[in-house]
Amino acid sequence: MAIEAYNGGGWIATKLEWLINWGRKRSPWPLPFGTACCGIEMMCALAAGYDMARFGAERPSFSPRQADVLIQAGTINLKLAPVFKKIYDQMAEPRCVISMGACASSGGVFRTYATLQGIDKLVPVDIYIPGCPPRPEALLQALLMFIEKTEKSQPITHKKYSDLLVGT
Amino acid sequence: MDLKNRVEQCLGPKNFVVAMTECQGDLSVEVPKRSVVDVMRLLRNTPDLGFNFLSDLLGVDNLDLNKPKKKPKKKTEEGEGAETEEEPKDKGPSPPRYEVVYLLLCLERNERLQVKVRVEENDMEVDTLTPVWKAADWPEREVFDMFGIRFKGHPNLKRLLMWDDFPAHPLRKDYPLEGQGEERHLIYDD
Amino acid sequence: MNQNPTSQTSYEPGNYVTINIGPSHPSMHGTLRIAAVTDGETIVKADPEIGYLHRGVEKLGENLTYHQFIPITDRLNYCSAIPNNVSYEMAVEKLMGIEVPEKAQLIRVIMMELARIADHQVCIGILGVDLGAFTPFFYLIIQREEIYEIFEWFNGARLTNTFGRIGGVDADLPDDFEQRWEELKPGVRKANDETEKLLTHNRIWMDRTIGISAFSAEDALNWGFTGPCLRACGVKRDLRIDEPCCMYDKFKFEVPVGKNGDVFDRYIVRMIEMEESLKIIDQAYKLYKEMPPDAPLMARVPKVIKPPAGEVYSALESPNGELGFFVKSDGSANPYRIRIRPPCYMMFQALPELAEGEMVADLIACISSLNIIAGELDR
Repeated sequence: MAIEAYNGGGWIATKLEWLINWGRKRSPWPLPFGTACCGIEMMCALAAGYDMARFGAERPSFSPRQADVLIQAGTINLKLAPVFKKIYDQMAEPRCVISMGACASSGGVFRTYATLQGIDKLVPVDIYIPGCPPRPEALLQALLMFIEKTEKSQPITHKKYSDLLVGT
Repeated sequence: MDLKNRVEQCLGPKNFVVAMTECQGDLSVEVPKRSVVDVMRLLRNTPDLGFNFLSDLLGVDNLDLNKPKKKPKKKTEEGEGAETEEEPKDKGPSPPRYEVVYLLLCLERNERLQVKVRVEENDMEVDTLTPVWKAADWPEREVFDMFGIRFKGHPNLKRLLMWDDFPAHPLRKDYPLEGQGEERHLIYDD
Repeated sequence: MNQNPTSQTSYEPGNYVTINIGPSHPSMHGTLRIAAVTDGETIVKADPEIGYLHRGVEKLGENLTYHQFIPITDRLNYCSAIPNNVSYEMAVEKLMGIEVPEKAQLIRVIMMELARIADHQVCIGILGVDLGAFTPFFYLIIQREEIYEIFEWFNGARLTNTFGRIGGVDADLPDDFEQRWEELKPGVRKANDETEKLLTHNRIWMDRTIGISAFSAEDALNWGFTGPCLRACGVKRDLRIDEPCCMYDKFKFEVPVGKNGDVFDRYIVRMIEMEESLKIIDQAYKLYKEMPPDAPLMARVPKVIKPPAGEVYSALESPNGELGFFVKSDGSANPYRIRIRPPCYMMFQALPELAEGEMVADLIACISSLNIIAGELDR
């Protein structure tokens, strides 16, 4: 692309990026992959009361192809690990992974033969949420951090989410 | 007549009772392994017992109970054969390593009974209970998965919780809690 | 040639299609997988596969002390953690021969019945969502948040409560429980009424639930069903009445019984049970108020719990059915073997019989109505 040839993108590219980001940050489509206890808290966050739809996450996308952000809520064990990896591989760039809860982030209390000790052994994780399980507010904050990341992303110059710092 | 006498009366004449213990009101009967299905049918069909509900079925590994306390646990690849060299020191042959416990329930009288079967390490096969109670299907598969005890005649005896080519039996006492570094095959071609 | 294709037993290629449903499927709750052999839209054989949330809880229990295992039991049935805690504590108390003070038992009853309401609410809500009725879910989940607030304010956690200790409970009910409870009760009733208005006499709901995956009482007992699903089949069995623990024999309540054992009956049984739970809490709180304020909450329990060698099985009526713990002790500070008897484990293994001859969409209804919780299914 000719636009990429300009260092920094130039006026047209940056304005175009702003427009794309403006559109994308208003509709982050989450892929809720709730496996364990955190899935219930994620359900609370999606339902009335906490209402994640306020931030544009109106439509939980159960198809990985049409999702922007993968919310991994709950333990991944070794039997489920290939499935999880496949789901991540099916998502289109730019993609983002939120690791919700202690089990997804580090294995949590389940330091056993069957549990994967953190999903970051399989996929790059952008946002970790601590807690066992985290409150729905924590998930909302993670979604806001994802939106902040979206604002900074450069879809035309193809910078990945993992290159961007957030929450400083 | 209390439950203990009734069970004794029902199973005693056929020499089905190996031992009987009671712990905090829970009666448990040990029966010979070869006649476990007969015992279950008898317990179910005798009118004054009527244990018509299989509540649960589980396995227990008695490795740590059998061995002398001070010895450190020896870790081996599969768990087979490692403890044979340390056994014959004290009082004769040690008791069988595994046991399968059946938890029965009588719905009419709300009585519970534990039926125990001892399983030797060199003959790890028990007759299946699925013809008597269909509920024994998955618990038997789980006992096979976790302890490696096979159930003769089970319609679909394969691993239940772990994946099919998992190399070990995790609930055995000589299997470490954090595993032996089993890796899940993550690369897929298609 | 084939008048009734479902009765054919050989699965020749070309006649049947095998569909893989799950684990990543909206209605498989994340961790269930079913390989369904279908003839058109009809299921010939549904083969469930589990283990996608196996975390080694039983092995973990052998390496923890008795008290340390209580938080792990929260993560079994995470929709209602409190009956899990209480069931485990009861098993250890039985092993040690501890008699729990009456006031602690009443607090346990109150909290367990609140958890039962929360569990049934989420079960019915998800059943509605899986069948396409989204609105009841919102009504119920708002009320569920109120129950969570009571839990949080009592235990400090919304979901994983770690309620109680071996030998009693750690804290008394706070002073303003009555006020909170009086605020909560009409809310729960209102949400249930709204749900009933939306669902029970709804033509679509009736068409999609009545007669779906009907099960006879005989089969249900043979497969080891317990709880609301067994009662929906017409068997009046409730451990709260049949083997009363925690002073359940002092309360008056009805045990709802269904007739056909189909999805609709399971739904109705759960709806009535919520109402009965409200009655139980009222009675329990009345008894609680009659207790002196300085009545003991804990039995005399040693600091390090070392039960005598032995093995016991103790069960309790959890929202899903009989939740039992088999605890074997060798006299040391760690349990020698812990076996959990989850209620939905026994029900899910009957899925090939439950789903045979149903449509694929009805399979979803069947699974949702059994209330399969992967945490206690795989452990």
